[in-house]
Amino acid sequence: MAATQGQPTVAGAVDRHTPLGLTPDDLKRMYYLMVLARSLDERMWILNRQGKVAFVISGQGQEGAQVGSAYALEPGKDFFVPYYRDLTVALTAGMTARDLMLALFARAEDPASGGRQMPGHYGHRAHNVVSGSSPIATQIPHAVGIAMASKIKGEDVVAAAWFGEAASSKGDFHEALNFAGLLKAPVVFVCENNRYAISVPETKQMPVPNVADKACAYGFPGVITDGNDVLDVYGAMKEAVERARRGDGPTLIECKTYRIVPHSSDDDESRYRSKVEVEEWKRKGPIERLRAYMESQGIWDEGYEREVRERALSEVNDATEYAERAVSPDAVTILDNLFGRV
Amino acid sequence: MATKTYREALNEALREEMHRDPDVFIIGEEVGKFEGSYRVTQGLLKEFGPMRVKDAPISETAIIGSGVGAAMLGLRPVVEIMTINFILVGIDQVVSNAAKISYMFGGRAKVPLVIRTPGGGGHQLGAQHSQSLEHWFAHIPGMKVVAPTTPMEAKGMLKASIRDDNPVLFLENLALYNLRGDVPDGEYEVPLGRADIKREGEDISIIAHSRSVQLALQAAEKLEQDGVSAEVVDVRSLRPLDRETIVGSVRKTNRAVTVEEGWMSYGIGAEIAATLVDEAFDYLDAPIKRVAGREVPMPYSKVLERAAIPSADDVVAAAREALA
Ligand SMILES: Cc1ncc(C[n+]2csc(CCOP(=O)(O)OP(=O)(O)O)c2C)c(N)n1
Ligand SMILES: [Mg+2]
Repeated sequence: MAATQGQPTVAGAVDRHTPLGLTPDDLKRMYYLMVLARSLDERMWILNRQGKVAFVISGQGQEGAQVGSAYALEPGKDFFVPYYRDLTVALTAGMTARDLMLALFARAEDPASGGRQMPGHYGHRAHNVVSGSSPIATQIPHAVGIAMASKIKGEDVVAAAWFGEAASSKGDFHEALNFAGLLKAPVVFVCENNRYAISVPETKQMPVPNVADKACAYGFPGVITDGNDVLDVYGAMKEAVERARRGDGPTLIECKTYRIVPHSSDDDESRYRSKVEVEEWKRKGPIERLRAYMESQGIWDEGYEREVRERALSEVNDATEYAERAVSPDAVTILDNLFGRV
Repeated sequence: MATKTYREALNEALREEMHRDPDVFIIGEEVGKFEGSYRVTQGLLKEFGPMRVKDAPISETAIIGSGVGAAMLGLRPVVEIMTINFILVGIDQVVSNAAKISYMFGGRAKVPLVIRTPGGGGHQLGAQHSQSLEHWFAHIPGMKVVAPTTPMEAKGMLKASIRDDNPVLFLENLALYNLRGDVPDGEYEVPLGRADIKREGEDISIIAHSRSVQLALQAAEKLEQDGVSAEVVDVRSLRPLDRETIVGSVRKTNRAVTVEEGWMSYGIGAEIAATLVDEAFDYLDAPIKRVAGREVPMPYSKVLERAAIPSADDVVAAAREALA
């Protein structure tokens, strides 16, 4: 685990990215993906409160765990099996702001499903982003199957599955990880431990302190990372992906993080946690942390920040306007895609 | 008699049963501190404490399965599953365990387990949150499946379900929780296994359950404007099915329409139609019409969702065909 956990990186800190094979441009790309995800996410909540979209489920606060893990995979080759908070995973895999807004507005042109799938259930065939089901943890076995297929076909494709800490209470989690361990499948399991499952804190979810501890039952490593430190997550993920590609089997990576918004647009978080707690975590957020690190390395300044914010805002505006204008699916198409037509 | 919501009526039934019988307890996700995803367990953790109102991890198999175990030991667990869709990940514990243990154990164990869960769609919650699967459970010997539609029934049938010695799937619905209605003041039960005539009529019987009963009632009003007198039969209990009341209604009206939100194939309308053909064939003046959901996973898009779920107009149209 990085020495910086819980603390903004101070100026003058050592160069941690070069040893990981990351260039300043990589850091800028990761930073941009997080800012874009955050801006999109904030816009989605506004659209929900305006009554324009029915449902929002959000990844705010977890962008660091998401970009840090997804960035270590090869877009267009590896498989991304995300869960409903993984807006930044979807963007890192190659989905665009327009793709995501089209899904949110359930438009005919939505590349995930033509308006059939719920928002937050990211999917995009061309980018190997695999659409999942609402019952939690059910996507984890899919990642194992994709990894198994890669092995059978003799490819060096890696699959990664993302999920929350409560998903590790499910049988699907246990069965999938056990099977992956037996198969030595090229898969990485990324747990975004955001401390809550709706209202239930992690201490009421499991009798062990870390999800990563559970890996010992499956015969592969469980790694704990500071999920709000992009570089810490990236380092662990890079190693796990290399391990998987080498044929040495799965890794479970736990990213300790925090969701800074309610569970979904239907939640009332005042019933289970304080504003003070949320504010405290906002200060330790992944965007703030990477920004401080980049500044310490001379990669970030106010001018760059303005440019990033403007670029993200214009992408979000464009996506919103585009999706708002786009048409809904025609009711006569309701039966389309009941069976696949790849 | 006081006016209460369906949600309040359920809450009262739970509270009263927990006071009456120390063996009654609640397990589920978000039932304690959060007071229920739909606020049905409001105030109960405070009143009865964490031994009797148990917040569970996200582990449906363990929730239902431990309910089965506790029930075998004589307790009366009331399990809340967030939606009927999430029973699927623990369904073996219902179908192959709760419903079969008495029989396989030589009758030496009872399973007085209640599983409360809302079903149905219409809230833009997508394919895996909007299903109507109650007939899956109604197919299973050893199960009881009930679906109250008024606050009075919600309270009386939940009490009867908790007191019943067998596993009961107790179906609720998001669209019903805020429904208001008269609830009697004193102690009462509404017996399981009885259908209810929600509206009397002469010309046609509209037979429905759960939220579809509201569609049936709306359709009956529209039909009345055309001078058609429709009877609305609320099935209320899918297993055991009150065939007598349903058959009695159709013997009187000579025409029948069934309504369900779930898919038509192998559905509740199919079971009712087969019953009518068996027991009221000579009384039927027209083919039985079935109204059901489109056979497609529930789409998220509002436009598509509307096209997937039956409406009161669909019921009216089916009734007109049966009356033509
Ligand atoms: C099988 C199943 N049970 C219950 C739910 C309802 N539900 C949706 S999200 C959620 C909490 C999941 O928590 P966690 O896995 O920690 O992910 P987080 O939402 O915190 O990111 C629950 C209980 C569900 N979707 N699936
Ligand atoms: Mg969580």
